[in-house]
Amino acid sequence: MLNCRQATRLVSQAMDEKLPLYRRLALRFHLLYCVWCRRYAVQLRLLRRAARDLTPESIEPDSQTLSLQAKEQMRVRLQNALKEPPSSNG
Amino acid sequence: MVYFLMPEPHTDEAPRISATQSAGSPSLAPERWVDEYGDQLFRFAAARVRDPVIAQDLVQETFLSALQASHTFAGRSSERSWLFGILRNKLFDQYRRQSREVALTDFDAPVPEEQGAFGSSGPGKDGWVARLAPKAWDTPEGTLVHKEFRQVLQSCLGGLPDKVAQVFVLREIDGIESQEVCKLLGLSPNNLWVILHRARMGLRRCLELHWFGNKQIQKTSARDVLTRQPGRK
Repeated sequence: MLNCRQATRLVSQAMDEKLPLYRRLALRFHLLYCVWCRRYAVQLRLLRRAARDLTPESIEPDSQTLSLQAKEQMRVRLQNALKEPPSSNG
Repeated sequence: MVYFLMPEPHTDEAPRISATQSAGSPSLAPERWVDEYGDQLFRFAAARVRDPVIAQDLVQETFLSALQASHTFAGRSSERSWLFGILRNKLFDQYRRQSREVALTDFDAPVPEEQGAFGSSGPGKDGWVARLAPKAWDTPEGTLVHKEFRQVLQSCLGGLPDKVAQVFVLREIDGIESQEVCKLLGLSPNNLWVILHRARMGLRRCLELHWFGNKQIQKTSARDVLTRQPGRK
């Protein structure tokens, strides 16, 4: 019989691949009587949905930015590259 | 999601690099790139490589490569998504360059994120310790897109060890299949499962501590929210 430590690992693993039948059955049986692991499974699915809703746009604009110095350096390098003759092979 | 398999857009269109971009034109305006997209690209890269210096270099390389490949810009996608596509390719090159060493190999060994969560001896050995067992989460509609919730999630993600967070971002935020993540980062499937287990265990606990544990009583359970809006697999 699975204990909760094993069950939580299988709950996670099942999100990434199909478990062997005996593992699936053991996990299902464990979840029947363990409310904490049942909650754990539901909450991991919720975490997955929350993570996939995190787009670059959802990140706060001022949370992490390039330094002014870094931006200036990039501008200069871009300007220099613009002056160079265009490359034919991209 | 398979964006990393997609080549950068191709076209037979002649290069059009302009100093000023006219509305609706597929021309590019590199002189605006740094101000307009620099920070967005940097945040995207920094969340994935977890090193601001490398992230900055990748953004710089992205701009220079974009300039060189400007003739491939068809105008079918926006300038922004075209630049993000180039950055993604740079990121995948970076993953391949990264160290392939990962110390985690034992799938059954305890991991730090489990610390204190399970009994260590007696009849409750390896069962949840009641104090740290998952509590019922109240998740009213809109929770997952709530600005503050996202901030808490990102802050929790920031608290994970670098490698653990990186794997989680690739698998769960970018939605890349497990096998592809293993290939990209040179991980065995066992290592991947352990790392993802660590990430999920740590993030779940962090969210419970910093978000769900502090919220007022709400009517909807996590299960209800999931049933209403099925997630991607």
